[in-house]
Amino acid sequence: MLAPAHVMLFSLALFGIGVVGVLTRRNAIVVLMSLEIVFNAANLNFIAFAWALPDVAGQVLALFVICVAAAEAAIGLAILITVYRNRSHINVDEIDLMKW
Amino acid sequence: MSAPLWIFLLLAASGVFSAVMVVTRRNPIHSLLYLLVTFFSVAAVYVLLHAEFVAAVQVLVYAGGIMVLFLFVILLVDVGRVEGLRRVAKGHVALSALLAALVVVPLGVHVLGGAPAAAPDTTALAAGGGNLETVSLSLFRHYLLPFEAISILLLVALVGAVVLARARY
Repeated sequence: MLAPAHVMLFSLALFGIGVVGVLTRRNAIVVLMSLEIVFNAANLNFIAFAWALPDVAGQVLALFVICVAAAEAAIGLAILITVYRNRSHINVDEIDLMKW
Repeated sequence: MSAPLWIFLLLAASGVFSAVMVVTRRNPIHSLLYLLVTFFSVAAVYVLLHAEFVAAVQVLVYAGGIMVLFLFVILLVDVGRVEGLRRVAKGHVALSALLAALVVVPLGVHVLGGAPAAAPDTTALAAGGGNLETVSLSLFRHYLLPFEAISILLLVALVGAVVLARARY
């Protein structure tokens, strides 16, 4: 039988993979993709708890997370286009203008 | 009534495998296609957990909208030049994995220790006319203000993206 702990371990694995992706990749687009994996891991937990309690509020919160992820992707990718236009690359190692 | 475990394990294996491929592929297009597999695996898990509406939104918004957005940006940004990067230093990968493990392992211990016992009665998730009706009733009765706030957030993101990506200021 499927238990919430199974889903939470799956979510944990996705979260860890996403964190490693954010920390290791140089291509800013792939960093944003890894961030989407992390969002999905958080959403899995919401859905798992909504299923376990059971309370539909978790599913509503998951919808809000999806909306925020969409807004984040739109803004993030617009920023990447601007950075690419100015510097001709999107290598996160070399975008250090605001680094003190 | 709970879904068979082996279906979930299959979906979880496909999700984890494709997520690893997203992080390890050098070509962003390959990463994107594997990300699509991850999104579909997660959406299928949502269906198993009686979140049919969220699964549909996941497929529509992530696999439909966000994927196309990523695809457009990958095509706008010259992939050939971006791919000329030097390889990631080995020590950097090890350090990142260590940091991720520092976060994930305590969380995992916590999950294994405090997960709610399941095999629940899930009729509350689809009371009356099904999952969509239940979600929308909760959304518009108890979460109306956050719903309106999120619509303003999306409008701001839309305007902001247009302003940022415009050719001339």
